[in-house]
Amino acid sequence: MFTDLPLLSLLIWLPVFGGIAVLVNGDNNPWARPLALLISVATLLLSIGLYIGFDNATAQMQFTEQASWISAFDINYSLGVDGFSMPLIILTAFSTVIVVIAGWEVIQDRVSQYMAAFLIMAGLMIAVFSALDAILFYVFFEAMLIPLFLVIGIWGGPNRVYATIKFFLYTLFGSVFLLLALLYLHHVSGSFSILDFHKVGLSMQEQIYLFLAFLIAFAVKVPMWPVHTWLPDAHVEAPTGGSVILAAITLKIGGYGFLRFALPITPDASMALDWLIISLSLTAVVYIGFVALVQSDLKKLIAYSSIAHMGFVTLGLFIVFRIFANSATGSGAELAIEGAMVQMISHGFIAAAMFLCVGVLYDRMHTREISAYGGVINTMPKFAGFAVFFAMANAGLPGTSGFVGEFMVILAAFQANFWFAFLAATTLILGAAYTLWMVKRVLFGDVANDDVAKLTDINRREFLMLAVLAVIVLAIGIWPAPVTDVMHATVEHLLTQISQSKL
Amino acid sequence: MTENLLLTIAFAPLVGSIIAGLFGKQVGKVWSHRAAIAGVATAFVLSVWVLKLVAVDGQTYNEQVYQWLQAGSLSLEIGFMVDALTAMMMVVVTFVSLMVHIYTIGYMQEDNGYARFFSYISLFTFAMLMLVMANNFMQLFFGWEAVGLVSYLLIGFWYKKPTAIYANLKAFLVNRVGDFGFLLGISGVLMYAGSLDYVEVFAQAPAISEKTIAIFSGHDWSVMSLICILLFIGAMGKSAQVPLHVWLPDSMEGPTPISALIHAATMVTAGIFMVTRMSPLFEFSETALSFILVIGAITALFMGFLGLIQNDIKRVIAYSTLSQLGYMTVALGASAYAAGVFHLMTHAFFKALLFLGAGSVIIAMHHEQDIRKMGGLKKYMPITYWTGLIGSLALIGFPGLAGFFSKDSIIEAVHASNLPGSGFAYFAVIVGVFITALYSFRLFFLVFHGKERFDTHGGHLPHESPAVVTVPLILLAIPSVIAGYLIGSMVFGDFFGNAIIVHADHDVLAHHAESYHGVIGFVLHGLTALPFWLAMAGVATAYYLYLVKPELPAKIQQRFQWLHRLLDNKYGFDDFNQIVFAGGSRKIGQLLWKVGDQTIIDGAVVNGTAKTVGLASKLVRHVQSGYLYHYAFAMIIGLWLLLTYFVV
Repeated sequence: MFTDLPLLSLLIWLPVFGGIAVLVNGDNNPWARPLALLISVATLLLSIGLYIGFDNATAQMQFTEQASWISAFDINYSLGVDGFSMPLIILTAFSTVIVVIAGWEVIQDRVSQYMAAFLIMAGLMIAVFSALDAILFYVFFEAMLIPLFLVIGIWGGPNRVYATIKFFLYTLFGSVFLLLALLYLHHVSGSFSILDFHKVGLSMQEQIYLFLAFLIAFAVKVPMWPVHTWLPDAHVEAPTGGSVILAAITLKIGGYGFLRFALPITPDASMALDWLIISLSLTAVVYIGFVALVQSDLKKLIAYSSIAHMGFVTLGLFIVFRIFANSATGSGAELAIEGAMVQMISHGFIAAAMFLCVGVLYDRMHTREISAYGGVINTMPKFAGFAVFFAMANAGLPGTSGFVGEFMVILAAFQANFWFAFLAATTLILGAAYTLWMVKRVLFGDVANDDVAKLTDINRREFLMLAVLAVIVLAIGIWPAPVTDVMHATVEHLLTQISQSKL
Repeated sequence: MTENLLLTIAFAPLVGSIIAGLFGKQVGKVWSHRAAIAGVATAFVLSVWVLKLVAVDGQTYNEQVYQWLQAGSLSLEIGFMVDALTAMMMVVVTFVSLMVHIYTIGYMQEDNGYARFFSYISLFTFAMLMLVMANNFMQLFFGWEAVGLVSYLLIGFWYKKPTAIYANLKAFLVNRVGDFGFLLGISGVLMYAGSLDYVEVFAQAPAISEKTIAIFSGHDWSVMSLICILLFIGAMGKSAQVPLHVWLPDSMEGPTPISALIHAATMVTAGIFMVTRMSPLFEFSETALSFILVIGAITALFMGFLGLIQNDIKRVIAYSTLSQLGYMTVALGASAYAAGVFHLMTHAFFKALLFLGAGSVIIAMHHEQDIRKMGGLKKYMPITYWTGLIGSLALIGFPGLAGFFSKDSIIEAVHASNLPGSGFAYFAVIVGVFITALYSFRLFFLVFHGKERFDTHGGHLPHESPAVVTVPLILLAIPSVIAGYLIGSMVFGDFFGNAIIVHADHDVLAHHAESYHGVIGFVLHGLTALPFWLAMAGVATAYYLYLVKPELPAKIQQRFQWLHRLLDNKYGFDDFNQIVFAGGSRKIGQLLWKVGDQTIIDGAVVNGTAKTVGLASKLVRHVQSGYLYHYAFAMIIGLWLLLTYFVV
């Protein structure tokens, strides 16, 4: 029944037009918040329709839509989802609901603009994940940044201009190469269809250049070491909602880009240069793990932790070639790719929750300095319960979603090379160290000062948003099969694609 | 055996935990502990039933409950495997847990976190059951980390205490170092066996044992040795073997009931259980077994020494636990797995008894834990005294009590082992007997005999603890005496059946099984053997030093200052870790952040680029002068250049 509806178009345009509707209603309208909530919830429900109507058995694009957009250049409004994009769309829709709830009381200044920015952003990000036309993808890929810049630039912290410009320059630098790559692929294949790009034959030299272009574009987004320094600054200055979307969705576009473009379009170059990605990923895990340890700002710490966790995504995606070469029996390639996907989804929930927790504290104390806290558990026991839970999830405790992806990628990494697994597994120690040391300094101990003594525990709205996230994190940890089942066919298809040389 | 029976056993404590934890405020204190105790009691009764089904009716069970995840041809599952080893562990865990639950009613009566505490210990019981009942490596790791989580929460239960929240972070991180190895070991298992299911992996063991891996190019290592050592590193964390033992003494910051349950009887023995469970793998690697033997021996001996100079009642018992875990590990290394888990079982009873007894003393002393400020408590606390005596005698291996049988079978097994390191291990466990007796009875005499050195708080004399405290003591004292009589079937018989695999050339217990002729013969033989006399010498020394000549220990300490300082610093492990690992990590972090991120990436590259762009635009700006003739001139030059290019 869902296949009859243009579900993807609805998912894109409902929040976009909904956002515009909220915007034109004006700031003094008491309906701005409820309307935004209504639209975001409706989008979420529609996205669940994707899951229900999704056919797990096929790697074909589903819910496809096709219309001519700029016929002179053969650019089409072409949409569709597979096992990689569908879960990310649901994650986007879900995160938007959380962001609306999180900003409910906190944002008092230009409420409708704030809500509208996030709704429009949601539509654009869903469009990024469902676009099957390269130019369509590129347009949305760029367009979604505009609301994010605005969110940081308007509702951000004192140093927001520096952070926004840094973020902007970084991503612009990356996307220029992406555009060039896409134009070149059109030149070779005679089409802008991403699926046609997958099939086009390319020489090794062409592949290397294309791969490097993709790498620059998507590595900035992930972000991979050493192009990661924009993220801590952006997070620190962003309002809570901005951080949530940044961590939960924006970073995932980088990982998605590798899956949709780099691996299937340039498989030979991916194989030839896998050492580069693997070393950068492992650097992210180890180097950033140490850097996270010494952060004194809560948001910076979590931002660095995000970079380390995203290292598992890129690691998982690019160890498959070595696993093939070793022809191990442990289904390592599937574990690696699905592990990377699960890690992205799980990180979306956990990082969002961590930033919300920081937001809860920041709203009360107006500081993110770890040293300003201490003994929060005494005055905010309910909050502390959630915070410890999410911290454990961040440290990859089994039974939480944080474990699943890391576990899968480490299992797979061993099949590629012992030392990959060895370095990746240091996250068990480093991740626990920086997360739980923070927990110790912020939550535990006796009440540190008068400000902490005056804290009030979370209210029902905050409880609700944290509880929903906690349930999801727990559910995926206990039973990840529903998340991975939708990917199997797509993963097998990708593995076939990348194991066939284009030369 | 049905799935529902096993599910009930595992989940009854979880239900209790949820009721006490999430609804503790609504249902109140009494119903919180009732719910928790009901859950654990259910699990205990049904576990006994399962043990009966396994031991008497010869049933075993191995089924999937649900599929956790599928990737390619690999299926990761949650499932239960119950054989004699599992059934025994289930009974031990639920029994000790039940005793501790009941005891907690008395011990934590005044505490604000009463319901929370019950929730945690029930959650622990659930996690521990999932660990021992697992039929695959993944679920084992689940339980493994889950018990670590609860341990973390419970060590830091009194979260206002700076020492407690230091200790729980330390415990978690040190355990994570072990888990790091454990997870790599599991990854290796998957790579070479293609599965994480116990039965499938064990079936692959002979094939794996022939493979080699080149970790450093040019050096081929046995895959099985690598996997087994990695797995054992996990056991070293959880079962606190040197050098990953440092967290256990500090874990005493937690309330005493959990010291008994988690940090003595059950969780810390998970490593012993795991290695025993993996005996089909470890048997193929003598390298790993030797490694285990030596690590266990070092722990057994050197941790025992530390027990001699501690003055905190709980820390003495904690070092004793470390030393006894070393004994169990030595047994594993000698391939005497049955003796190792047998000691695990008897130790669970008498060590839980000793800890709970210590808790009873601590209540009577108004939370004073320094044994120098106790003494003469015998007449005030008769039940605690007599059960404490039973526990201490069992610990030192007094003939006829539980510890005697298990420890003697370990010593005999090591004696018969031919692996590299077995000579040292034998020396360590023999000397350890004397040390064990010395520190145990030092503690015992200082607490219960001699002068009354405690502060009476204005005439309040100490008194015996209430029944909720003393009944568990009595109930634990019973198996501390009689559990040893199971030696015939557990160590020398075929109780464990196929649960434990020992290769013929390692089978050190088989040799003793031939000469075993019943319990009485074993006891009589024990009375003439060296360990018994060493233990008696230890008791006598303690008696002389602490009751006859109580001024002597101080003099010895004076005389051997350097030795005392070495032991007092716990051989320097803590300082080393604090400076090298904790401090070193922070230094590395600072360096990478300040130099790597801020100076090089941001300073030189990112802002450098921005500055270069700025500089370039400053130059280019001069071109846009606004004068028409400048532009015209530029155009002419440009045209000329283009023409030249195309024409030439």
